Amino acid sequence: MTLTSDSPVDTATTELLNFSDVAMTFPNGVTALSGVDLSVKRGEFVTVVGPSGCGKSTLLRIASGLTSATEGMVTVGTNRIGYVFQDATLLPWRTVQQNVELLAELNGIKKAKRQAEAARAIDLVGLSGFEKQLPKTLSGGMKMRASLARSLTLDPELFLFDEPFGALDEITRERLNDELIKLFTEQQFAGLFITHSVSEAVYLSTKVVVMSGRPGNIVQTFDVPFAYPRDPEIRFTPEFAALAGEVSLALREGHS
Amino acid sequence: MTRTLETPLAATAARSSTRRRSRGLPRWVPPVLVFLGILAVWYFISYVVLDPSVAFLLPPPHTIFTEAFFKPATLSDILVALARSAGVALTGLGIAMMIGVIWAVGMSQARWIERSLFPYAVILQCIPILALVPLIGFWFGFDFPARVIVCVMIALFPIVSNTLFGLQSVEKGQRELFQLQKANRWTVLTKLEFPAALPAIFAGIRISAGLAVVGAIVGDFFFRRGDPGIGSLISNYQSRVQGPELFAAIITASVFGVLIFVVFGWLGNRAVGKWYDSGK
Repeated sequence: MTLTSDSPVDTATTELLNFSDVAMTFPNGVTALSGVDLSVKRGEFVTVVGPSGCGKSTLLRIASGLTSATEGMVTVGTNRIGYVFQDATLLPWRTVQQNVELLAELNGIKKAKRQAEAARAIDLVGLSGFEKQLPKTLSGGMKMRASLARSLTLDPELFLFDEPFGALDEITRERLNDELIKLFTEQQFAGLFITHSVSEAVYLSTKVVVMSGRPGNIVQTFDVPFAYPRDPEIRFTPEFAALAGEVSLALREGHS
Repeated sequence: MTRTLETPLAATAARSSTRRRSRGLPRWVPPVLVFLGILAVWYFISYVVLDPSVAFLLPPPHTIFTEAFFKPATLSDILVALARSAGVALTGLGIAMMIGVIWAVGMSQARWIERSLFPYAVILQCIPILALVPLIGFWFGFDFPARVIVCVMIALFPIVSNTLFGLQSVEKGQRELFQLQKANRWTVLTKLEFPAALPAIFAGIRISAGLAVVGAIVGDFFFRRGDPGIGSLISNYQSRVQGPELFAAIITASVFGVLIFVVFGWLGNRAVGKWYDSGK
């Protein structure tokens, strides 16, 4: 497996992530992924749905470089990668501002610059006024916003999301979905989003990828035709329901 | 019918009023009540249970004051000895903190280092220090350094084990966050592991603080040479059957132990209480 991360990026439809026949077998012999082909271009928001344990998260970990695939070829076209974890993973001893500055700090960016970047990101996720709060005083949704802001400071070209809103209540999740759509519409990054909510997948994405149970591979891909920015109301349209139904069906078939 | 209804209602009312009263009780009242109970039992044993010929075994509480604390000579003996022991305990604790944290950080860097060194921390904890005290006396003399060494040996383990536990208890996601930015070991240690370990480190220091006081007294008690600390003093009072003085010295040593425990608890709370959610 090779991981290229320094290839120049110029055209608007550059492929920022490519998986070609990727397989992953853990040292204990469990095969998590097999024969996965997937690509994400700039301005594409690809969501992966699949039953739990199908290797969705492994897919993301391979894309980020946290894990290496055991077979196949992974190409990453940028080193500006944002990664949003399942948990907010904020450092409890740092204020919101300091947490959001963390990644820039780790990358050795000067204080004044990273403060300005953090302030901009905090504003983007709607956390202005909470800069000096410690994580323990924030709600689950606000923690996720802070986590999102932290990744935004990297100005990511490839944005990876590992079921970030899975632990949140429905209302908060929908609100954060809207915020994410806004961010995507403005910044046009390449997004790869993991979820097990079909409606979230269809609502957010340009493309929904359905994975089968272990060993995970891609059983079907759906293009989502709705234009951005998306109105929350599209969830109630017949087109949305029909597409969500097809995705659900593919999911069920892949699972059986 | 009305009567059967009334009775439980009245009972509920009574119960709820007791609960309200006990909730209104200041927090210091229950321990003080227990203390008064202990005093009562103590007086009872001193005056009723013990034969006057062996009353020195448990002198009545007030004599601890009239015969020891209120006598300037005795009080100054005790305070001077306490100051010496406190110096030993705090020096020992300081050294134990340094060695303990460095030892744990070393072990947290690699599995093989941990495997090589952790057994010795456990062994250190299990050695009967009392048995080693004479040896330490032979090797290092009976003065300040030897006492500090005893202290360090007794106080070291909680700091080593708590620090190691704290360093290793960092959440996987937080670790990966640093890994994704290709942070080096030093950065991970200083910006992630060490701050995350602080609550555990302080918990360890608090335990060690109490042990350091014990260590200072034990060393002194068995050396019985050099400048007398509170341990030597206790040993002297014991051999001279000076009951009230003995109790005064023991109480002073205990109060000092509690005080140092409280101070380090407070320091820990100052350092991490703001962000650390102990109910997590």
